[in-house]
Amino acid sequence: MGSSSVLLSVENISLTFGRVRALSHVSCDVREGEILAIIGPNGAGKTSLLNCISHFYSPDSGRIMFDGHDLTKTHPSRISRLGIARTFQNIALYTGLSTLDNLMAARHIHMKSGMLASLIYWGFAHREDLEHRRVVEEIIDFLEMEAIRKTVVGALPHGLRKRVELGRALALEPRLLLLDEPMTGMNQEEKEDMARFILDIHELRGVTMVLIEHDMGLVMDIADRVVVLDFGRKIAEGPPHEIKQNPDVIKAYLGQEH
Amino acid sequence: MTVLRPAGEFDESYAYDMAIIRRPWQWVALGLFVVAIYLLPAYASQSAISLINRIAISVIAVQGLNLLTGYTGQISLGQAAFMTVGGYVSALLMINLEWSLFVTLPLAALAAGVVGLIFGLPSLRVKGFYLTMSTLAAQFIIPWFTRNAFPDLLNGAQGLNVPVPVLFGVPINSPQRFLYLTITILIITTVVASNAARSRLGRAFVSIRDNDLAAELLGVNLYKYKLQAFFLASVYAGIAGALSAHYLRHINSESFNLGDSIILLGMLIVGGLGTNLGPFLGAALVELLIELATVAGSSLGSIAPSTAAGAVQALRPLFFGAALMLFLIFEPKGLAHRWQLIKAAWRLRPFSH
Repeated sequence: MGSSSVLLSVENISLTFGRVRALSHVSCDVREGEILAIIGPNGAGKTSLLNCISHFYSPDSGRIMFDGHDLTKTHPSRISRLGIARTFQNIALYTGLSTLDNLMAARHIHMKSGMLASLIYWGFAHREDLEHRRVVEEIIDFLEMEAIRKTVVGALPHGLRKRVELGRALALEPRLLLLDEPMTGMNQEEKEDMARFILDIHELRGVTMVLIEHDMGLVMDIADRVVVLDFGRKIAEGPPHEIKQNPDVIKAYLGQEH
Repeated sequence: MTVLRPAGEFDESYAYDMAIIRRPWQWVALGLFVVAIYLLPAYASQSAISLINRIAISVIAVQGLNLLTGYTGQISLGQAAFMTVGGYVSALLMINLEWSLFVTLPLAALAAGVVGLIFGLPSLRVKGFYLTMSTLAAQFIIPWFTRNAFPDLLNGAQGLNVPVPVLFGVPINSPQRFLYLTITILIITTVVASNAARSRLGRAFVSIRDNDLAAELLGVNLYKYKLQAFFLASVYAGIAGALSAHYLRHINSESFNLGDSIILLGMLIVGGLGTNLGPFLGAALVELLIELATVAGSSLGSIAPSTAAGAVQALRPLFFGAALMLFLIFEPKGLAHRWQLIKAAWRLRPFSH
């Protein structure tokens, strides 16, 4: 993996809210084709970093380069068109739509029907809907969601919603997938399913991933590299086995002996 | 709730799965229903036909509001103001230029759409209650404009006497003849509204309603689609306003007031937000209630003559208010949701689950 090219590079990002320093001078690279895990105690700035990448937050300084574009200067609605998709810590699905329609809604950027074509529907918009339905059905099949295809997601249990959200991100056909705690609130079996899906997406679809996760065992199993944040600073970066032995990381997680 | 298919019916293609009207018998039933409506003048009374005209015009206005409030989630209290725009534009073009309704109606719709677009601009910056209040501005500014601006043209508070439209040489001067016009337009607006709901446009609308942050991140341009929703809602209002003006043959600044905007929103809530069926059920129920209030009020007046003057005026808001309150408590998802439950229960019969 060491020789592959850099897909996303976070360069010296700082972010403050009032007097709180959420991120200070964080830099890291995401390489093409890897799974990068971001770990750290609560409030370490993991989600803030992800929010900077998807431009929910604008960092005070530094830049984030993706494929020649500075994401800190790209409008949030353009980010997905560059090939970046994400899921949210507190699931952000369209609760009034079915699983199928949630995924179809995510095909928005790949579809072309304008207002007039949509209103007339027959002809172009109908053909386009059918075409994209096939793509979406493939994802439904891939994530084993056939049974909930037409269920309104507001009525689904937590674990399945997380899966639908992953499916919705996949429907964007991203090059980079940002997963913010994809396994929170799941039982062991659901976690294993989700881990399997993540690895499948990585291997079969070749999607590069950034993953925030608290389950250490899982992170160590699936991540190629790990970045550790604490109080908004990057304290370590490297392959899982090195991170496990890093004294700074142990200190941050277990506290220091006095 | 999962979609239930009748036993023995299988989705064999995506197109069939996505179709709204699926079975041949459904087409036949729909066709018979439309024919029955068109034949109403042959067997229905004058008052029933007037009522159906009023319901149809309300349905068109509520369909527009449904696109904006039901699907896109932008609550608007300005729908009646955009009806005023449509009514005045169509009336003025017909009075001064003697253009046919074929031209004045689309232009009225377009004019209302553009005005709606302008009053939709605040939606780019504010949402929720704040947006509702800013749409209220339309309800004050537009009637004020019709009362005070261009008195030679708009005739101030007196308003305009609207000419009878003539189509194919036939003057549309009775409720019976008007019925053909309103129903034909209602069919078109219904098809267009349901197309909007099931297409890329509708999915973008709903994604803004359900989660605007996620929608933006998934590449939906919020501004563009919010403005399109305002435009479409106002186009529908313009059509309804123009039809109403030609039907009543009169329009002034009070023809469509704040009370009407609230009633339109009430119809939508009673019928069911974000459903294609909702505007029909809601408009029909509320118009029937208003009719009932009229009947009850006038019979109350004949029993106790001292109340005759105020009874009808008093009962209408009372009936509407009570209906709205009861629906919000007992059926917040509206009549359309109840209809879904009835259909599901029928398909599962004799089992309850």
